[in-house]
Amino acid sequence: MTLTERLREKISQAFYNHGLLCASYPIPIILFTGLCILACCYPLLKLPLPGTGPVEFTTPMKDYSPPPVDSGHKQGDPSDQPEWYVGAPVAYIQQIFVKSSVSPWHKNLLAVDVFRSPLSRAFQLVEEIRNHVLRDSSGTRSLEEVCLQVTDLLPGLKKLRNLLPEHGCLLLSPGNFWQNDRERFHADPDIIGTIHQHEPKTLQTSATLKDLLFGVPGKYSGVSLYTRRRMVSYTITLVFQHYHAKFLGSLRARLMLLHPSPNCSLRAESLVHVHFKEEIGIAELIPLVTTYIILFAYIYFSTRKIDMVKSKWGLALAAVVTVLSSLLMSVGLCTLFGLTPTLNGGEIFPYLVVVIGLENVLVLTKSVVSTPVDLEVKLRIAQGLSSESWSIMKNMATELGIILIGYFTLVPAIQEFCLFAVVGLVSDFFLQMLFFTTVLSIDIRRMELADLNKRLPPEACLSPAKPVGRPARHERQLAVRPSMPHTITLQPSSFRNLRLPKRLRVVYFLARTRLAQRLIMAGTVVWIGILVYTDPAGLRTYLTAQVTEQSPLGEGALAPMPVPSGVLPASHPDPAFSIFPPDAPKPAENQTSTGEPSGPMGPADSVHDSPVPEVTWGPEDEELWRKLSFRHWPTLFSYYNITLAKRYISLLPVIPVTLHLNPREALEGRHPQDGRSAWPPARPGTIRGGLWETSPEGPGGAQAHGDVTLYKVAALGLAAGVVLVLLLLCLYRVLCPRNYGQPGGPGRRKRGDLPCDDYGYAPPETEIVPLVLRGHLMDIECLASDGMLLVSCCLAGHVCVWDAQTGDCLTRIPHPGQRQDSSVGSVFEAQESWERLSDGGKGGLEESGDSPPLRHRPRRPPPPSLFGDQPDLTCLIDTNFSAQPRQQPPEPAQPEPRHRTSCGRARDSPGYDFSRLVQRVYQEEGLDAVHSPALRPPSPGPALPPAPEEEGGLPPEKGSPSLIWAPSADGSIWSLELQGSLIVVGRSSGRLEVWDAIEGVLRCSSEEVSSGITALVFLDRRIVAARLNGSLDFFSLETHTALSPLQFRGTPGRGSAPTSPVYSSSDAVACHLTHTVPCAHQKPITALKAAAGRLVTGSQDHTLRVFRLEDSCCLFTLQGHSGAITTVYIDQTMVLASGGQDGAICLWDVLTGSRVSHMFAHRGDVTSLTCTTSCVISSGLDDLISIWDRSTGIKLYSIQQDLGCGASLGVISDNLLVTGGQGCVSFWDLNYGDLLQTVYLGKNSEAQPARQILVLDNAAIVCNFGSELSLVYVPSVLEKLD
Amino acid sequence: MPRLDDHFWSCSCPASERHKKHLRAGAGGLAAKVDHGAPHSSPSPRRHSASVSGHHCSSSRHANSWHHHLVQRSLVLFSVGVVLALVLNLLQIQRNVTLFPDEVIATIFSSAWWVPPCCGTAAAVVGLLYPCIDSHLGEPHKFKREWASVMRCIAVFVGINHASAKLDFANNVQLSLTLAALSLGLWWTFDRSRSGLGLGITIAFLATLITQFLVYNGVYQYTSPDFLYIRSWLPCIFFSGGVTVGNIGRQLAMNLNSSPHFS
Repeated sequence: MTLTERLREKISQAFYNHGLLCASYPIPIILFTGLCILACCYPLLKLPLPGTGPVEFTTPMKDYSPPPVDSGHKQGDPSDQPEWYVGAPVAYIQQIFVKSSVSPWHKNLLAVDVFRSPLSRAFQLVEEIRNHVLRDSSGTRSLEEVCLQVTDLLPGLKKLRNLLPEHGCLLLSPGNFWQNDRERFHADPDIIGTIHQHEPKTLQTSATLKDLLFGVPGKYSGVSLYTRRRMVSYTITLVFQHYHAKFLGSLRARLMLLHPSPNCSLRAESLVHVHFKEEIGIAELIPLVTTYIILFAYIYFSTRKIDMVKSKWGLALAAVVTVLSSLLMSVGLCTLFGLTPTLNGGEIFPYLVVVIGLENVLVLTKSVVSTPVDLEVKLRIAQGLSSESWSIMKNMATELGIILIGYFTLVPAIQEFCLFAVVGLVSDFFLQMLFFTTVLSIDIRRMELADLNKRLPPEACLSPAKPVGRPARHERQLAVRPSMPHTITLQPSSFRNLRLPKRLRVVYFLARTRLAQRLIMAGTVVWIGILVYTDPAGLRTYLTAQVTEQSPLGEGALAPMPVPSGVLPASHPDPAFSIFPPDAPKPAENQTSTGEPSGPMGPADSVHDSPVPEVTWGPEDEELWRKLSFRHWPTLFSYYNITLAKRYISLLPVIPVTLHLNPREALEGRHPQDGRSAWPPARPGTIRGGLWETSPEGPGGAQAHGDVTLYKVAALGLAAGVVLVLLLLCLYRVLCPRNYGQPGGPGRRKRGDLPCDDYGYAPPETEIVPLVLRGHLMDIECLASDGMLLVSCCLAGHVCVWDAQTGDCLTRIPHPGQRQDSSVGSVFEAQESWERLSDGGKGGLEESGDSPPLRHRPRRPPPPSLFGDQPDLTCLIDTNFSAQPRQQPPEPAQPEPRHRTSCGRARDSPGYDFSRLVQRVYQEEGLDAVHSPALRPPSPGPALPPAPEEEGGLPPEKGSPSLIWAPSADGSIWSLELQGSLIVVGRSSGRLEVWDAIEGVLRCSSEEVSSGITALVFLDRRIVAARLNGSLDFFSLETHTALSPLQFRGTPGRGSAPTSPVYSSSDAVACHLTHTVPCAHQKPITALKAAAGRLVTGSQDHTLRVFRLEDSCCLFTLQGHSGAITTVYIDQTMVLASGGQDGAICLWDVLTGSRVSHMFAHRGDVTSLTCTTSCVISSGLDDLISIWDRSTGIKLYSIQQDLGCGASLGVISDNLLVTGGQGCVSFWDLNYGDLLQTVYLGKNSEAQPARQILVLDNAAIVCNFGSELSLVYVPSVLEKLD
Repeated sequence: MPRLDDHFWSCSCPASERHKKHLRAGAGGLAAKVDHGAPHSSPSPRRHSASVSGHHCSSSRHANSWHHHLVQRSLVLFSVGVVLALVLNLLQIQRNVTLFPDEVIATIFSSAWWVPPCCGTAAAVVGLLYPCIDSHLGEPHKFKREWASVMRCIAVFVGINHASAKLDFANNVQLSLTLAALSLGLWWTFDRSRSGLGLGITIAFLATLITQFLVYNGVYQYTSPDFLYIRSWLPCIFFSGGVTVGNIGRQLAMNLNSSPHFS
């Protein structure tokens, strides 16, 4: 034993034990694992959230100097300075923060007055700043020298061309709205309109123009009609390129001097440096998104392979959770041990997942699932684990090795990646072993409990598209099947996969979930919500107004207003409303609390009357820029094509400026329109109409305008939604074949996916026991039925007639040759005597016809082809066997299927005990002598299958010494038809025989042509025989007494067959040859069907012909196949379908002879074809059964058949399809392609594929199953037919 | 300078693809004439030759369905090639990406217009070539034949490109060695067939050769003509790209052949 083997055994043993453990204590283990995950993830809390948010670093103002450009950062304390703090910043930003108020407030001041004159002061301030010059010993220094000179706006920003400075210093102030032109400002009737004209309507996270110019967040600016505080704040933003302490100091001093701020507590001490991370642009996002798409595809394809479990989704989720939490754990662990991740997490994440992979999880699942089902869950898990242990360990070692190699690339990033990957792999292994295995065991246990008894046969869930894992399932299949031979298995619902094309499945999914409609609805709601919220006439302003009105501060000022009070419950300014930004000024706490009147001007009114806008400076003002969007600065600089990515800017401490204006100044600054237009009794409908008596006209007009647009937009949106819905509806209609829209279809689909719902009944839990009909010695070749009777013919030439209801054998017509030397004197002897006569006459001729050059039906199983070239070897074999017990194959131990032996009740036949056999044979001969011949009346009643007759039906030649058998007898039976009680037999010799099914006598025969009859049609007393030489013969049957079809009686045909003296007195059945189409086809006719007064022939010469039945007139020759026709279907509704050796199916219009559709169906011959009202079902040599939509010719789905059972299919109703398999028949739901039931036909039947299926009227199915026939009743279908 | 570099990156990709095409043309029995002047003028004959040879090696008598599958496969491969070309191109450009969306959008299409189609065609050809050679050699590729593995392969390929674009290597030798190791690792992890290795190396060799040829003819220019830098970068990327596309092609061939009934 080598080391590897020992190692292998050890590992396997360890895994086995581990599996036992996991399956035994699932819950504690899962809890433990969860705790582990949480513990390992705990360090993650300390990590900053990933994102592109800026990083700050603060340095003291004093003695500041820009950090050195290069590499010096190592020498300092590394924890002190961030890595990026190298070199000079992109810019220094100086904000001059202006707070201004009009005080004392006067009652006859308008709302505009709150901000009009304070804003006008901005121009003055800007002037002051621009003109500031530092004069000191080193000379004069003006602003132009230190500020950041900008050259040009980006070409794409034409809109902002007049608003942002395009040359010179980058200096921003609200005055930029008016191009820094005071006159313009004064001439502007609608300030707010001007300010807001560039505001985007949608929700916006990045900086807007208003924010840029005002330098404060919108809601702090106070420029609004509804502000409470009547204090306006804005900043003048100056951008410096160089840090010039003296200049800055002088500017600050001068401004402070000019506009003193009395109670300013700002400590202008520190400089804040803000570093901006790399921007994630579209260019970066696209590859990122691509990798994530690939990742999801990978996960999808991986988890799709999870099969044969109770809950596929659950396990897939568990697998994904395993991988993800192992990643989290790896990051957490790495952080714990002091490794801080420097890589961009989002970027490397997909690669990590891909490297760690889901393979092990899948391997585990597959291996566990393929353990024998009957084992205990614990053992299954343990076995599955241990069988895959070696490969798991090997894979893991390999991956670790690869990663280790990666570690030696010595590239820091790759090393880090490898480190993460290693930790991730290990933790993934840990989780797989503990978490996933346990989840799997729970799943398996659930399945055990629920589905143990109704496990499906494995081939049902074996989707043909999945090549993976087939061997495992095959061995499983062998393990399961023998244990339940005769049970119906119902497919558990979780396995019922719809075998529809994906396209249809998508449409179904959309239709089922009404996804599109819901999405549209949700989208519309959100859209309307946004509109209502953001529109100037919308909710936001309304709410603002309400809040303002209710706030205690506003009481005094708003006293005279006619307010629709009580709309909102009176409340304190709700913090919730602070989410309504720019125009809802929420007073900062410190200012509301310190409501005391102050300022040099002094309050003129009482606190009550007018809340004095106290200008205070608190610490929060110091860094008001923090409240700006973090994209504020990057946006500003990006306008001038300066990127801040991976660079930093320095923010200088703000310079506070306080402006106090008295009412007179405010009045002076007023625009004529402000006062004049004062109060258009602003639309009474609007709540805000009377809210502010001082509301200017401008906004009012804007409101009206806004309302109209709102309605327009809403109407437009509604229309768009309707159009979309209609469009989707049309798409759905177009994509779906018509029948899906039929009533019943959708309803069924809605009701759930249980098969019982589909049919409106609960499938019976009882077992369907197939009725086995035994009696043939050789493989059964031809089958025919008319619903009441069933006729079968085997290779040996025996024809048996069975009662289709009970399965009793009614008559048995042995091969004519065997009766030649029958020694028993009986009716049969007499019958055979004339047969012998006829045979004698024709024997020489028929010999030549006995070897058909080609087989007329490709669906025939291989055995007949053996006999193809040899003249009736079958009979020889048969004769040899005739001395053996053939009725009853020895089956003493198996009473399960109700066997109906062909004749006789030799149920207790003891196998191959020859002594008893001989005894029995003698007894039966005695019986024969007593019963059958003597008691049988000359013309027995048709419905007379009592016991004695059956006994009598026992082939008398059994004991007879019929060993001398000339192979040149009659030719083998090539085709068989049954109607009423008449069997029409077409033989290879070209002889057409009409037999009485009940009595087993030959009624008439015709053998004018010696070419073998390849196909027969027997319809309404009309017989059409297609011959090997391509000719068609039309016969008509005439009876001389008008009797019901069941009672054809009479003398054998007078026409051609020699009359039998025994039956000469009975009613006559005559068979006349009415027409002959001598050369209907150039080559042998292989398919023949008749319906609706038409006869269709298909031939090897690649054509089809349509004949009229009455006068055998050829109506059409249909050309379109590129191979020999193998099968033809026609029904009463004149639907004609044909399949050929080229694998194609053609649908034809019988009325016009045109081809309706043409489908490439199979790789290989189409072996059989049938249609329902909505589909065409075809089978081919490729062992596939395909279901096509009849109207569109689109393939709906296909069913993989067992080898050699390709052609066996039958349609019971429009919904139910029967297919034959290896020793079983399966029932499928035609509409969905779901397997409903599988009926096994017997224990020893594994080797025998069900080759042929015939659907009877009472929905029983007969499949020739080797030498046996099985009758399978489908009780549920019977109910349904009732 | 960075822009020039970008240009190089963007050009190298199509160049490689074109070489693959030439290679394919040679394998198809056509004269491997190198038409730099009109690289876009000859996709259809190539496609034709590809389909002919594909048909030939299929040896199936269902000519129609084979043509159908072949066209389907080439379409899928073509689109994969186009998407990969765009994305990888973007990855290479990305280093010098600026903030402004307009410009970024422009950079996506900064390379010549014929780049994506060429990449797509080359991907189709290589993807068809792999299964074809497999069947010629008579050893169908069985190793990890499933879509999940293919997805993994694509992800690793994108990752290699990502790494080469994003990581800062100490020197070019390191870059070359790392890339070579990664490419070989890719092959070993997802292919492991000798034919795959041989074909990949052939593709890489020819592609690099023809890129050089084009450069000397002045169609492209290297911005940093350091021998170890770009010239060692190219073969690795070509190799792993060939292996990846071959992987996809094989999977497609297998899927369409093994389950024609499952549309």
